[in-house]
Amino acid sequence: MSLKTFKSIGIGVAYSPNLKANLFEAARLSVFFKAKLFLIHVGDASEKKRNMLISILKSFEKDHLNFEVVFRSGEPVDVILSISEEKKIDLLILGAVRRERILKYYVGSIARKITRQSKCSILLLIKPSIDRVPCQHIVVNGLKDPKTEQTITAAFYVAEQLKSKKITIVEEIEHDEIHVKVEDDKSLRRATIAKERIKLRENSRINDIISHIPKEYTTNKVIKLRPIFGKRGYSIGHYAQISRADLLIMNAPTKMTFWDRLFPHDIEHILTELPTDVLILQ
Amino acid sequence: MNQKKSTIKDFFQTLPKNIFSGFVVSLIALPLGLGLAMASDAPPIAGIIAAVIGGIMVSILGGSHVTIVGPGNGLVGVLLVAISTLGIETAYVAIMCSGVLLLLLGFFRMGTLADFFPSSAIQGMLAAIGLIILGKQFHIMLAHKINRADTIDYLIDIPFTINDAIHYENKGLIFAALAGILSLAIMLFYSKIRNKYLQLIPAPMWIVILSIGFSYYFEVGLHEPNPIALEYMVSGIPSIQKIIADLPTPNFNGIWSFSFWGSVIALTLISSIESLLSIKAVDKLDPEKRRSNVNRDLKALGLATVGSGLLGGLNVVTVIARSSVNVNQGATNRSANFFHALFLVLFIVFFSTQIARIPLPALMAILVYTGYKLASPKVITKMFSIGKEQLIIFFVTLIITLKIGLITGIIAGVLTTFIIHIIINRHFGYGLFFRNLLKPNVLMYKEQGNKANYYVSVKHFCSFINYFRLKKHLDAIPENQDVILDFSLCNFVDDTVLENVNNYRELFTKRGGHFDVVGLDEHDTETKHPFASRRLLPIPNIIKNSLTRRQTSIESLAKDYHLNYQFKRDKNVSFLNSFSFFGTKHINHIYNKLSDKDGAITLFDIEFSEGEFIAKEEIRKSMLYIDLQFEIAEFTLDKEGFLEKVSAFAGYKDIPIENHDDFSNRFYLLGSNEVSIAEFFNDDITHFFESNPYYHVESNGNALLIFGKERLASIKEIKALFDYGKRLKQVISSK
Repeated sequence: MSLKTFKSIGIGVAYSPNLKANLFEAARLSVFFKAKLFLIHVGDASEKKRNMLISILKSFEKDHLNFEVVFRSGEPVDVILSISEEKKIDLLILGAVRRERILKYYVGSIARKITRQSKCSILLLIKPSIDRVPCQHIVVNGLKDPKTEQTITAAFYVAEQLKSKKITIVEEIEHDEIHVKVEDDKSLRRATIAKERIKLRENSRINDIISHIPKEYTTNKVIKLRPIFGKRGYSIGHYAQISRADLLIMNAPTKMTFWDRLFPHDIEHILTELPTDVLILQ
Repeated sequence: MNQKKSTIKDFFQTLPKNIFSGFVVSLIALPLGLGLAMASDAPPIAGIIAAVIGGIMVSILGGSHVTIVGPGNGLVGVLLVAISTLGIETAYVAIMCSGVLLLLLGFFRMGTLADFFPSSAIQGMLAAIGLIILGKQFHIMLAHKINRADTIDYLIDIPFTINDAIHYENKGLIFAALAGILSLAIMLFYSKIRNKYLQLIPAPMWIVILSIGFSYYFEVGLHEPNPIALEYMVSGIPSIQKIIADLPTPNFNGIWSFSFWGSVIALTLISSIESLLSIKAVDKLDPEKRRSNVNRDLKALGLATVGSGLLGGLNVVTVIARSSVNVNQGATNRSANFFHALFLVLFIVFFSTQIARIPLPALMAILVYTGYKLASPKVITKMFSIGKEQLIIFFVTLIITLKIGLITGIIAGVLTTFIIHIIINRHFGYGLFFRNLLKPNVLMYKEQGNKANYYVSVKHFCSFINYFRLKKHLDAIPENQDVILDFSLCNFVDDTVLENVNNYRELFTKRGGHFDVVGLDEHDTETKHPFASRRLLPIPNIIKNSLTRRQTSIESLAKDYHLNYQFKRDKNVSFLNSFSFFGTKHINHIYNKLSDKDGAITLFDIEFSEGEFIAKEEIRKSMLYIDLQFEIAEFTLDKEGFLEKVSAFAGYKDIPIENHDDFSNRFYLLGSNEVSIAEFFNDDITHFFESNPYYHVESNGNALLIFGKERLASIKEIKALFDYGKRLKQVISSK
């Protein structure tokens, strides 16, 4: 299995109170992944803005941070998407404040649109910090999906780079898969047995994936499997929130149609209420 | 195959027990059926038909175990409107249609329907139904038939009726009113008298027996006509041949009217809510800890309602009071429901002329009591203790139900609750409810490790609107497991949810599981709102300053004998749940606790309740609890009396102890493992029981529960009981 590493990282720069924290996070990640950082600003180029960005990133000079500032005016979604395609950006970082109104504006429109259309991976930051907060616990999805193997492998790669010690793989299982409706003692017993069987099946599937991952990534890590019966996309966010995960890693959505917007599922649930920092892998 | 054989064997073994409890239940069902039908302005036999058809069909097709079905209290108000506006023949069609709708509810698995209503609104609706029943029947109870247009007018006229009743001059009316008042007195004071022979016959049946006896006394003894005015006697009880010959012809005229479908929907709504709430309550009482299949029960009830309507009967619903009596009489399966129906048929076949001797006021007294229980001031004080806003919901529902109708009332209750929730949570923004309404906000998984417990986390808010999601998850957990329910991500939890959660907690503790709620402590500090959650966490009672004389005597006794004494109420009673005595009872709390130094012997007063609704009795007793440090046989030992000899016929088997005929004759010994019991009762222990006063002694395998009288013990009795326990412990330990 070939591992796609992050060689270039992009960040959408907006002059918000979180600018410095967002930039610091992006710069740190670029250093961790040894990637080039592109600062994308929607708006006219000006020397003043450029100097300000450079002064913020001054402290990373000693880490040999390689970065480039890109200015372009236009529709934010289009600009960010076109630049990330032009510069062959692997990972796009978007800051999002959890506070409702901004979240709605930012995540609800721009980030959601970008996520739907983007061809690169996306990292949504909800708690950027100027000082490094170590990323200790990563939660990753283990859906039964062709992309999952890639995602889990990448999660281990990210965990290795960020020096995270704990990875939880959440297998979300829809209730319909149990095929037994709990109505009385007998059906409860059958449902419980069916659930146990599904859990074993799911765990062995994930264990199989893990066994294919290079050993250097999986050693020295606490790996937990957590099968959950619940709504796809929602339960994992809920779990990430209660388990106080620092990063949630998800598959990119396969296809988005009009119906998916009407009846949110999978990634859309995560986007409406970000539980923690979210990384969506292409 | 083998298992199947043993269930058949079990069935026949418990059959006598079920026949017996079916018989006792039929004693209540007969007067209640007649009364409820008459209160709905239907022919009295309609109530019996509903109970018979329901009992037979639901016992065969249903999915619950120890419930009893029949005509319900809740429907009186709706049926009254339906029959008066549509006429009885069309009302039967409405009943059949509601049966079909119930059937559909069952097929679409709508057994969760009752969970969508806030509990205060349901309480308000039930109280309104209670007032409808009480308001109308009170006048008949005092032999003062009146006709008013509005339910509220009936209530306003109650003082005038009382005034009129005091000034009756007609002898017939005086006797009729006296029958009513006496019957009401029997209903009120019956539960206060603890005599096991008296309690063998339920209060409503005492009323029937006494009034029939009274009528015979005049006719046979004094050769005089019954002094009660003729128009206040039960009339129109047809013989069985006549019932079959006179099947009502359903009248389909006017079934496309608005009022017809209004009635159908109201009948369906109320009968499903009443049935679902009753099934839930009875499941908690089931000593065998089974779970009812509510959807299957709904289907059976629907089918039974169609049949009942076709034969001229009322709606069939699951009824709480009769079911709780059924459980208390030791019913184990659905056959009790079947036999209750069978006995009702026998009553009608053999005693239909005797039933005509019951005075109407006596029957109506039973209903007045039922109505009072539904709308008792206790309900209002309970609402108030949960929160002031609950009272608003309660009264809005109550008044609109009385003024306009049931459906409007319950809708108003739901809307009021929702608006109140929005108002008290306005600091979260209105989005809290609207944005999160459709989100699957409950997460459940089994935690890994040796002690695997289920972890359930709820997000955003949890109120009556989205409670069904939480319920779906909680229902998927076997009740003998450990559950942690975490509300810490929830901004708002309403009283309906907390009440239901508390029910789950009781259910889990009864069935050997554990149910913990966490994350609510922060709510009170974070938000300054009066959540009912405060009441959820058992808080110690306010310290009482004055002790009663009995308490000071116990205190000084404790000092003299170096015992620990604690007079405060203790809600921690889980150690008693494993005793079979408490299998069908609900323990409220223990108090006045006396214990010796090492805490092995504890004597306490206990308050528990038996039965539900109008059959509910609160009982206080003194009991002794001995915690043995080793395993012994499980058994129940009591004095052998007349009742035990009777119940021996009903399938309870007394275990004889060899070579101790005196003991076997005088004591009544029960238990499932005969071999280990026979081993346990050796010469010393048998001799101890023979030579000491009688107590009820029960073992749950590693502890003993001992008690004497059906009341609290006096100081002298406390001393005797404590001494008895100490010596018994010595005898058993020396073994």
